[in-house]
Amino acid sequence: MTYEADLHAPLAQDMHKHSDAGAELTFVSAATSGLCACRHCGTVWQDVVEHDRCEVCLSPLHQRKIDSLTRTWAFLIAACILYIPANLLPVMVTTTLLDQQQDTIMSGIIYFWVSGAWELAVVVFVASFLVPLFKLVSLIVLTVSARRRSSWQRLQRAKLYRLVETIGRWSMLDVFVVSLLAGLVQIEGFAKVTAGVGVAAFGSVVVLTMLASLSFDPRLIWDESDELEVDGLDNAVSAVQLTKNKDSND
Amino acid sequence: MQERPDLIVCEECDAVHRRPLLKQAEVARCLRCGAELQRNTGKRLQRLLPLTLASLIMFVIANSFPIVEIELQGLTSKTTLMGAVIVLSEDGMSLVAMLVAATTILFPLMQLLILLYILLPATHDVHRPGVRFLLRLIQIVRPWGMVEVFLLGVLVALVKLSNMATVIPEVALWAFAALTILLTVVVSFNPRYLWQSLVIVPGQPPSEPTP
Repeated sequence: MTYEADLHAPLAQDMHKHSDAGAELTFVSAATSGLCACRHCGTVWQDVVEHDRCEVCLSPLHQRKIDSLTRTWAFLIAACILYIPANLLPVMVTTTLLDQQQDTIMSGIIYFWVSGAWELAVVVFVASFLVPLFKLVSLIVLTVSARRRSSWQRLQRAKLYRLVETIGRWSMLDVFVVSLLAGLVQIEGFAKVTAGVGVAAFGSVVVLTMLASLSFDPRLIWDESDELEVDGLDNAVSAVQLTKNKDSND
Repeated sequence: MQERPDLIVCEECDAVHRRPLLKQAEVARCLRCGAELQRNTGKRLQRLLPLTLASLIMFVIANSFPIVEIELQGLTSKTTLMGAVIVLSEDGMSLVAMLVAATTILFPLMQLLILLYILLPATHDVHRPGVRFLLRLIQIVRPWGMVEVFLLGVLVALVKLSNMATVIPEVALWAFAALTILLTVVVSFNPRYLWQSLVIVPGQPPSEPTP
């Protein structure tokens, strides 16, 4: 796409300057330059002292999420512990005239696979097994590398965090399936579905991993790479990449 | 403490950028991590109120009627979402019942009602009681509304049941499908941009430059 030359001239100049230097773009972080952005409304404040509140939305201002790594660890450890009963205990108990059948998450997936509904087997396998496992592993990697202030693959880690935040909610799928089946299959003396203990553990894992990813502060990934020049604020403020939003072109 | 309306800080990597002047439907992204910095909301903001109203109507329909009916050897059974929650809590699974009720009923309803209150023209003023609190609340609640996941769960449950019983979809299933589509549009609107449209801060450049 093209821009109006006059409106975006300064941006283009910035870009040019950076590419001339032949080096990577330099970035200044708000924390090292004495700025603080409100996490609710995004307003940028200078010279913030402790216990200051954002004047626009009145929420407290913090450079980073409070105790981010400690909280993330606490939620992660709890989630890892509950992950075991979530996969071993039955999530659903089906009682019919003839017998009683107990289903774990895995046996539900295998049931779909065997009965020919392999598309659903894949959906449930991804949402109930892969996503929680992927989230736990990713968050552990992110937290460990952030604590060690590692400079390894920063951009990839930022993208990983974004992915974890997006897909996390979908592992609630099995909780909803079991809830609906339990509410629906209540034919007295004939067939009855009740939720098993496993579903409580499974729901807790989902909630705990969501809390863990919400308390993780992605800015910690970048913290050690920042230039420590307070005076350089005006020079290092970088250009912004503009993209046309395709879905609302009107 | 002093405001810097000329700057914008990336939420995800803390890099400082100059606040860009965005034209219609443009999105500014962080050059370091690629996160969205700012978006020209343009006409999407005007569409938000009718979409919120439509979502509320669908929400009422989706929760007042049964989702599906099953038939097994002449015996039938049907349930609403609320009915399923009640059965869960009667079975001693009150924590799971609360989780399901919160993510599929309470939080989506809160989001819609708050949006309605904030967007109604009569209350289009940040100094009205509670507007600041409600705007912050809607941002906290946002990750926890899971209507779309619930809809997928219903579909999986239906296929599971279709092997052992006759499954008859009811009104609320279609209402949930419509609600999911509407909510996707409503929820994809980041409430952070509501601050810029509602709160008039002196010195802040207009988010919508006039062509």
